[in-house]
Amino acid sequence: MIAIPANPGRGHLLRCGPGESILDISKHQAIGGFLALRKALSMQPAALIDEVKKASIRGRGGAGFPAGTKWSFLPKDNLKPRYLVINADEGEPGTFKDRYFLAQDPFALLEGIAISAFAIGAHTAFIYVRGEFVSEMRVLEEAIEQMRRAGALGRSVLGSTFALEIYVHPGAGAYVCGEESALLESIEGKPGRPRNRPPFPAVAGLWGCPTIINNVETMACVRLALQHGAEAFLAMGLPRDGGPKIYGLSGHVKRPGLFEAPLGLTLRTLIYDFGGGTLDDRPIKGIIPGGSSTPVLGPEALDTPMDFDSMKAAGSMLGTAATTVFTEGTCPVAVLVRIARFYAHESCGQCTPCREGTGWLERLVESIEHGTGRPGDADLLLSAANQILGNTICALGDAAALPVISFVNRFRDDFEAHITGQRCPYGAA
Amino acid sequence: MALAFSPDTERAFDRIVRRYPNLRAALIPTLFLADREFGYLSREAMEYVARRLELPPSWVLNTATFYTMLRKRPTGRNHIQVCVNVACYLRGADQLGDHLKKQLGIGFGEVTADGLFSLEGVQCLAACGTAPAMQVNDVYHEDMTIQKVDALIESLRLAPQTSGAATGQGGAR
Ligand SMILES: Cc1cc2nc3c(=O)[nH]c(=O)nc-3n(C[C@H](O)[C@H](O)[C@H](O)COP(=O)(O)O)c2cc1C
Ligand code: FES
Repeated sequence: MIAIPANPGRGHLLRCGPGESILDISKHQAIGGFLALRKALSMQPAALIDEVKKASIRGRGGAGFPAGTKWSFLPKDNLKPRYLVINADEGEPGTFKDRYFLAQDPFALLEGIAISAFAIGAHTAFIYVRGEFVSEMRVLEEAIEQMRRAGALGRSVLGSTFALEIYVHPGAGAYVCGEESALLESIEGKPGRPRNRPPFPAVAGLWGCPTIINNVETMACVRLALQHGAEAFLAMGLPRDGGPKIYGLSGHVKRPGLFEAPLGLTLRTLIYDFGGGTLDDRPIKGIIPGGSSTPVLGPEALDTPMDFDSMKAAGSMLGTAATTVFTEGTCPVAVLVRIARFYAHESCGQCTPCREGTGWLERLVESIEHGTGRPGDADLLLSAANQILGNTICALGDAAALPVISFVNRFRDDFEAHITGQRCPYGAA
Repeated sequence: MALAFSPDTERAFDRIVRRYPNLRAALIPTLFLADREFGYLSREAMEYVARRLELPPSWVLNTATFYTMLRKRPTGRNHIQVCVNVACYLRGADQLGDHLKKQLGIGFGEVTADGLFSLEGVQCLAACGTAPAMQVNDVYHEDMTIQKVDALIESLRLAPQTSGAATGQGGAR
């Protein structure tokens, strides 16, 4: 393990602290920019994929799927063009890490894209950016233009025979478009409704062509792994979860923000050392560890390492490692109202269990919060959530159901107190 | 009067369509152009986009209605979007929203009579580390407080009439 940076907020992935940026290509070059890309271009694509596999880079978009393995699903005998699509939809509530690359460090992302596109044999890459990120899209376009002028994009990337174009494509305010197959539909100009699989995008993705979809931070990890070599990259994390990670912290903490540390950082270190502890030093009531779809934990989980496997063993998920903390005195039902409302609003309406179920959950949680819940409603919530779980085309249904189940189980007394007292005991409603 | 893109928008449109192997993929970026150029996506605006991209108008309508950022009705010149999701809620977003409603005399989803402001509660803006967050047209405002909101409203009221359009409002790109 590498040491936790003395100045949390800066490291290998987070090259800039708050208020800093690398928007000029010469600044990127001055600190080792394009060394990784040059190295990649000197390798055989197959060897490059092996290197990424060796680095054990697990996707940073939430699911933790190994990037190298995903790339090797591309069909060998398909003569159609291949596409690389970067997921910069950043929609999971609580998550604000990819915005860092778009706004402050675009070349780390773009270099990672060039390396990955070369590895998989794609000559066109699209970055799908959530529509609200208007100034971020401008920064990105400007950085792409600088790369083109420097010969790092276009017909001959850094003087090689490899050609690459990178385009920015705007999202338009639909969380479900962060789901990879909905994202492809959206680029194609359609409503963002997830596709049935198989076929998987690696076989038939954008316009029916083989397509790899990866998260923004995953691209930055690819660059890092190439620059330092797979072994050094692995040593920055855990044997199964390679590399450093960007952790987000929000809610009732003294110092919210982004922090870089090896995978496997404990929640305690994140919240108390990096985050400076809770507001007014109040005790923690709930920890949503990796975006609003990940099951809520309590203070007993503080010593759990934040990596994909440990968080799963603790009954939650690493997700996007975007941790939201709330302290004693916060009504957990009121928090769940926000979460349930979000998923109900964002369901694309395609699958009945999700469309109907998320609306049910929203109305039930709201009525409990407003003191009109009936005895048995907590169990009704659990059974409604369980009917969505696993019964939908995409994981949005699960994302809506999991927080409900975890909130009811963990804060059962609070739910019952709302129902028996016919009001919110916290006065939050 | 028949709708048409201005020369600047026409150039942006040219750049967009060249990126894709077919015209349909240019639909969402083109709808953003139309939204900015015509103020919102009226039926005529959508039909114009359909003609330009050689698509059936029903496809355009189908896509436009799916996405919340593509405006199907006009907003105020300053469209204030307050995040109401968890991280912002924990940092006082409700008080911010209530204060704005009181100051502007409108609720979420409404426009002031003078057309200067509209207010909306929106989902997570991916600015949770600098909560509470809001967006006025394209511009983020983070770490907000009641005082900062008051100052912002004041400066928007005093801003010259043209400033709204000049900064490329409402999903401009
Ligand atoms: C409802 C839903 C929303 C998602 N939103 C995002 C997102 O905003 N950003 C992202 O990178 N992945 C998101 N994902 C995950 C993507 O489907 C996909 O797994 C990911 O982009 C793959 O990249 P990775 O392997 O590099 O992590 C979402 C998934 C679901 C089911
Ligand atoms: S919850 Fe408001 S920006 Fe994320």
